[in-house]
Amino acid sequence: MTSPSTGISTATAGPRSRWRLPDAWTAGVVITAALLALPVLTVFSFVFYPAGEVWTHLVETVLADYVRNSLALMVGVGVGTLLMGVTCAWLTSVCDFPGRRLFEWALLLPMAIPAYIIAFTYTGMLGFEGPVQSQIREWTGWGYGDYWFPEIRSLGGAIAMLSLVLYPYVYLLARAAFLDQSVAPLEVGRTLGAGRWRSFFTIALPLARPAVIAGVSLALMETLADYGTVQYFGVSTFTTGIFRTWFGLGDGAAAAQLSAVLMSFVLVLILIELWSRRRARFHQTGTGSQRSSRVVLVGVHRWSAFLACFLPLMLGFLLPAGQLAVWAVAAAPGMVDSGFLALALNSVTLAGVAALIVLVLALFMAYGKRVRGAFMTSAAVRIAGMGYAVPGTVIAVGVMLPFARIDNAVDSWMRDGFGISTGLLLSGTVFALLFAYSVRFLAVALNSVESGLARIRPNMDHAARSLGLSPGAVLRRVHVPLMSRTLLTAGLLVFVDVLKELPATLILRPFNFNTLAVRAYELASDERLADSSPAALSIVLAGIVPVILVSRAVTGPRRSRAPAA
Amino acid sequence: MHRKPKFFLITLLAATAAGFSVPALSESEVNLYSARQEALIKPLLEKFTEETGIRVNLVTGKADALLKRLESEGRNSPADVLLTVDAGRLHRAKALGVIQAIDSPVLEAAIPASYRDPEGDWWGLSLRARPIMYARDRVNPDELESYEALVQDKWRGRICIRSSDNIYNQSLVASMIASDGAAAAEQWARGLVANFARPPRGGDRDQIKAVASGQCDIAIANTYYLGHMLASTDEAEQSAAEKLAIFWPNQDGRGTHVNVSGAAVTRSARNREEAVRLIEFLSTDSAQTWYAQVNYEYPVKSGVAWSPTLTDWGTFKADQVNLEVLGELNTEAVRIMDRAGWK
Repeated sequence: MTSPSTGISTATAGPRSRWRLPDAWTAGVVITAALLALPVLTVFSFVFYPAGEVWTHLVETVLADYVRNSLALMVGVGVGTLLMGVTCAWLTSVCDFPGRRLFEWALLLPMAIPAYIIAFTYTGMLGFEGPVQSQIREWTGWGYGDYWFPEIRSLGGAIAMLSLVLYPYVYLLARAAFLDQSVAPLEVGRTLGAGRWRSFFTIALPLARPAVIAGVSLALMETLADYGTVQYFGVSTFTTGIFRTWFGLGDGAAAAQLSAVLMSFVLVLILIELWSRRRARFHQTGTGSQRSSRVVLVGVHRWSAFLACFLPLMLGFLLPAGQLAVWAVAAAPGMVDSGFLALALNSVTLAGVAALIVLVLALFMAYGKRVRGAFMTSAAVRIAGMGYAVPGTVIAVGVMLPFARIDNAVDSWMRDGFGISTGLLLSGTVFALLFAYSVRFLAVALNSVESGLARIRPNMDHAARSLGLSPGAVLRRVHVPLMSRTLLTAGLLVFVDVLKELPATLILRPFNFNTLAVRAYELASDERLADSSPAALSIVLAGIVPVILVSRAVTGPRRSRAPAA
Repeated sequence: MHRKPKFFLITLLAATAAGFSVPALSESEVNLYSARQEALIKPLLEKFTEETGIRVNLVTGKADALLKRLESEGRNSPADVLLTVDAGRLHRAKALGVIQAIDSPVLEAAIPASYRDPEGDWWGLSLRARPIMYARDRVNPDELESYEALVQDKWRGRICIRSSDNIYNQSLVASMIASDGAAAAEQWARGLVANFARPPRGGDRDQIKAVASGQCDIAIANTYYLGHMLASTDEAEQSAAEKLAIFWPNQDGRGTHVNVSGAAVTRSARNREEAVRLIEFLSTDSAQTWYAQVNYEYPVKSGVAWSPTLTDWGTFKADQVNLEVLGELNTEAVRIMDRAGWK
C-alpha cells in the first residue's frame, strides 16, 4: 500500500499539483484521513507479527475456498446489482409505463432491510422445511431427494440476497446521473441516426459511468464486509475465515493478514475504478432541465418494463417485509415492551448524529480533494474510505485498541502526576461508537458527495474564486446550495446504514444501551426468527422514511419544474 | 434554513456529552459483560436488584468481542463480572489474565468441583448438553451407541450438524481429542463428514428441523434448542420438535458431552463485593431453577428441581473431562475440522 506521506505527484497534469509544502486544506484532509484510517492501520499493524505455521495450515485446507467464494460472491453481486440497478434506473428516468411514479421511490426500499435479515426470511420461506417446499411435497407426495429445488443457503443464494438489498445503491446513483444528464448529447445521437438502444449504450451509460461504478463499488465493498449472510448460509469467505482464524485458531496475526488480503481486493477495486476514469472528465454543460418528454412505452415493452421494475421490488422488499410483518403480528405481544420505544429512539438518534458527522467529514474531504487535486489528498481520501469494505467487527477492534491505549495512558499520567484516576474517557462511550461509524461509512457519503461535486463544472469554482471568495466560502456559498440534494442523499444513506449496523454497535456500545439492530440480532442468532421480527421490522420502517426522502431528493429537479405533477 | 447547523451542533454536543457520562455513581452497583443475550439474563438480574438493591449495568455481546474489550481496557475496565456461555472462553479469559480468583464458601458449596476452575477463577452456572437427536419414526435407538459410532457406514448420508465455526462443535471435537487422542479424533471427523446428509448450514434448530422434515435422520444439537421448539407458540415448530427424541451417547464410557455457562470476577473489578454477590445469587436454588425452566439448561447445583421437559428427557451421565482441557484443545480441534473438510 502506498502511504500518503511518500506520495509525490507526477502523474496528474496541471500546475496546481506540483509538489509543495502542504497548505491548510491538504493538511486538514490528510490529518482527518489519518485519524479515520487509524482503526484499519491498527489492525494492519498485526500483519508484521509472526503468524507461525497457521498459514501453512490455511493454505493446505481452507484458503482456496475463501478466495474462490469471495471472488464468486463479488462477481455475482457485481453483475446482479449492475443489471437490476441500471435497468431500473434507466426505465424510471426516461420511459413512461404503468407504475413508474411508484417505482421511482419504491425501488429504493430494499435498502432498508439488513442483509442478514433478508437471508433469515428467505430461509424461512424457501428452505426445505419452509411453506413453499412443504406445499410442493404435500401436493406431490415427494420426499427429500425426490425433486430438485434451488438451495437458498448456498453461494448462489448469498449472491441473490446481497444483490437484492444492494442494487439500490447502483439504482440511486445511476438514476441521479441519468436525470442530471442534459438531453443534448442524446439528441445529437438521435439526429446522427443512433437508435434508442444504441444511444443508451453509447451515450447515456458511458456518461453515467462514474455514478454507476461508484454504486457498484459501494455494493461490492458491502459484500466483502458481509458476515451475517455468508455465515448463516455456510459459505466460507474471507470474512468468516478472519473470525475463524482469530477466535477459533486463536491467531490474531494470521487473522490480520487475512484482513490485509481482503483489503487488497478493495485496493484492486479502487484501482480499476480510477483506471476506468483515467483522465476523462464528466462535467455536465447544461443544467439538465431541458429534457424532452419521456418515451412512452407501448405494447409488450410496457409490461416488460413494469416487470423489470416490479421483480426487484417484490423480491427485495415486498416478500421479505411481508414475511416479517406476518411473524411480527404473531410475536409482537410478547416482544414489544416498554423498552422497545427506547431501542427505537436510540437507533434513530444514533443514526441521525452519525449521518451528520459523516456528511461533514465527507464534504470536507471531497472538497479538499477538488481544490487540492494532488496525489497526496487523493490517496488520503481513498484510504479514509476503505473502512467500508472491512467487516464491522474488525473496525470495532481497531477502534477499541487505540482508544483504550489512549485512555490508559492518560489515566496513568494523571495518577502519577495528580493522584487522580480518570478511568476510561473514550472507550465504551457513544463517542467511540460514532467514530467507528464514521470510519465504516465514510465511503458511502464520500462516493455520493464526490460524484455530486464532479457534476459541478470547475468554471463555477473559477468564477467564484475570481470574485474573491476563499475555497471554504466557495464550498459554503456555491457548492453546498448546488448540491443540497446530493448532500441529503448522502446523509440519509449513512443514516440507513447506521440503523442496520450491528457488529461495531455490539462491541463498542456503553452499558445499558441497546439498539433495534442489537435486539433483532440477539433473537435471530438464537434462531428465534419470529421473536426478532418486531425489531427487524422496526428497522425497516425507520429506514423507509429516509429512503423515500432520498428518492424525492433525486427526483426533485423534475418535479419542481412541473408543479402540476 | 441557515440556523439548522447550529441546532445540529447542539444535538451533537449533547449526544457526545451523554456518551462520556459513565454509569451513575449510586451507592452500590455492578457492571456486567455478558455473552448470554439480554432476553436470557435480564429477568434474573432484575430479581437480583430487587433482592439486594444492587443495580446491574449490562453490556451483551459475542464472547470473543467482550473478551477483546476487557483485554484492551485493561486495569481501567469498568466491568466487574464476565458471563460466558461456554467454558472455552472462560479458560481464554483466565489465560489472558483478565479475571481473578475469588474465595466464596457459598459457591464452593453450590457448584461441583468439575464445573468450576480449580483455582477459583471461574464458576460454572448451568450445563448445556449436546447429545444425539434422532427421528422417532426412522431410527431405532438401539442402533445408537456413542459419538464414535456415528462414523459407521449405516449412517451414510443421514447425519445433520452445523458448521465447525460454532464453538459447540469445536468443544465437542476437543472432547474427542481429550478422550481418544488427536489422530483418532481426526479419523472420526473425516468419517462424520462422510456421513453428512448435506453441507453444514444454519444453526442447531435448523438441524432439528432437517431431521423432522426427513432431510436427515440424526442431528447433534444442544438440548435447549429442542426445549424451546417444544414450547414454541408456532405449531409447525412444535410438531417438528415432537418428531425427535434424545439419545444420550457414551453412557457406558465417558458420558455425553456437556459445556457450562459460567461467570468470573474481572481483574479490574471495582465492585468486587457486589460482583461476588451477583455470582452467588446466580448459584442459588431459585436462579438455578430459572435456567432450567426458561432456557432448558441443566442446573449445575445438584438437588435443584428440573423442569418437566428436562425430566422427560431423562437423566444421563455427563462427560467429566476438565473443561479447562477443552479450552486448551480448541485450536487443535479447529485444525482437525479444517483438515477433515468440515465446513
